[in-house]
Amino acid sequence: MCIVGVMIVSMTLELKDIPGQLVLALAPISELHGNIMSVVHQHDEKTPRGTIPVQITFEIEHRVLNELIEMLEKSGVGVARVGEERLRSSVSVILIGHIVHSDMGDTIDKIDSTGFAEVVDMSLSMPEVEKTSSAYLVINAVGERELIKALAILRGVANKKDLLMIEPIRLNSGGT
Amino acid sequence: MKTVKISIIGFGAVGQGVARSLLDKRDYLNKQGIDIRVVGISDSKGSEINAAGIDLESALLRKKQKGTVATGAESALEVIRSVEHDIVVEVTPTNIDNGKPGFGNMRAAFEAGRHVVTSNKGPLALRFAELKEAAEDNGLFFRYEATVGGAVPIFNLVHEALAGNTVIGIEGILNGTTNYILTRMTEERMPYELVLREAQELGIAETDPTYDVEGIDSACKLVIIANSIFGQDATYHDVDVTGITKITPEALELANRNNYVVKLVCEAGNKLTVAPRLVPKRHPLAVGGTLNVASILTDLAGRITISGKGAGSIETASSVLSDILYIARNS
Repeated sequence: MCIVGVMIVSMTLELKDIPGQLVLALAPISELHGNIMSVVHQHDEKTPRGTIPVQITFEIEHRVLNELIEMLEKSGVGVARVGEERLRSSVSVILIGHIVHSDMGDTIDKIDSTGFAEVVDMSLSMPEVEKTSSAYLVINAVGERELIKALAILRGVANKKDLLMIEPIRLNSGGT
Repeated sequence: MKTVKISIIGFGAVGQGVARSLLDKRDYLNKQGIDIRVVGISDSKGSEINAAGIDLESALLRKKQKGTVATGAESALEVIRSVEHDIVVEVTPTNIDNGKPGFGNMRAAFEAGRHVVTSNKGPLALRFAELKEAAEDNGLFFRYEATVGGAVPIFNLVHEALAGNTVIGIEGILNGTTNYILTRMTEERMPYELVLREAQELGIAETDPTYDVEGIDSACKLVIIANSIFGQDATYHDVDVTGITKITPEALELANRNNYVVKLVCEAGNKLTVAPRLVPKRHPLAVGGTLNVASILTDLAGRITISGKGAGSIETASSVLSDILYIARNS
């Protein structure tokens, strides 16, 4: 269902072991309006080439990805690996209310258009036309933080459309 | 033999349960060197007072036959203030609008230098800090195990058994009525209204089920947890509450097909929330029927989950008796 032009990319970059390299690597992403989601920088780990590997995950428009890689390589940052990040975190929710009348497509779009989360499964149960119906949704996202953001968006939509949203336990209480 | 004199203020289901348990446990208590003597019992019509100890068997019989325990016109406050005793067992009904008459009874008890044991949620959900301070200022015990989870010893567990742990969060099902309704709706695929009527006929739900089904009762218990365990100064108005009235059998069926059950879950941590939640079927919180459950996450012990009967005359009296004995042993 994710048909928007934004994608989540994870890259392994190789930086020279001199100061200022990380900024050099991150600057082009911001320049191309990418949204950096995580940076894992292992200073004590070196490649056989003497460079330092850095894992970065970011959202970026699909059409500028090649431009980004060129910019990085031109500035001396090695791009060792590029991959589209799969959606790693998953949550199930139930919605109850006049779901059909409330334009379910629009509700799903609100999640899918984030670029970091999407509705990957949905089942709908409607007993009679005038009665409330119930829907079971599975939402995937790139990480826990994004999942919480997606749930907040859905909560807002549910609130506006007067739908009861049943979330799983332990997403709000900091439990393990 | 250590003699501890108590009054029972309120002689409904819980008060009678306490009297019944004291009768049943007399020998057991005597063996432990404790003699619990009830010197005053009050209900809304009056009181029975006897400094030498009330005959509980005949008090229970009189209540059953005449609808009151009263042999005199003395009010609860008069008993609390003027009859010499150690512990006031405040078990009048919960009033969530203003906490009366429980709040006044408890305050009077502390002013008269008496410890308080209670099952009454109202005063604790509205004015916990004031009561705690009144107890501390007078060097008295204030015990309220029976206010939350009926027989399930949540406060004893956290304050005594888990002493030294920092509690990170608590989740629980603290209302047996809604748990029964959701369990039956899932099992029988019946609509909410029908199951509610069944629960009312069985005496599990009240004629006016609002407190239970709108989550107010759960919210009160959550507030007592927040105040007692997290040291907050919350009232039940601080809880974000969603009840179960909108839940459909179809939603429960969808959950079931995906290995979840829906439960009215109370969450205390950063926020205080009562809301229907999806609980994985094999999760310790997925208890059925009228059971209550609390899952406590702590820094040292990790997660500890306890479940048991959340209501009932004798079950609630179990928590009251435990608090009375705690005071008897430690005062």
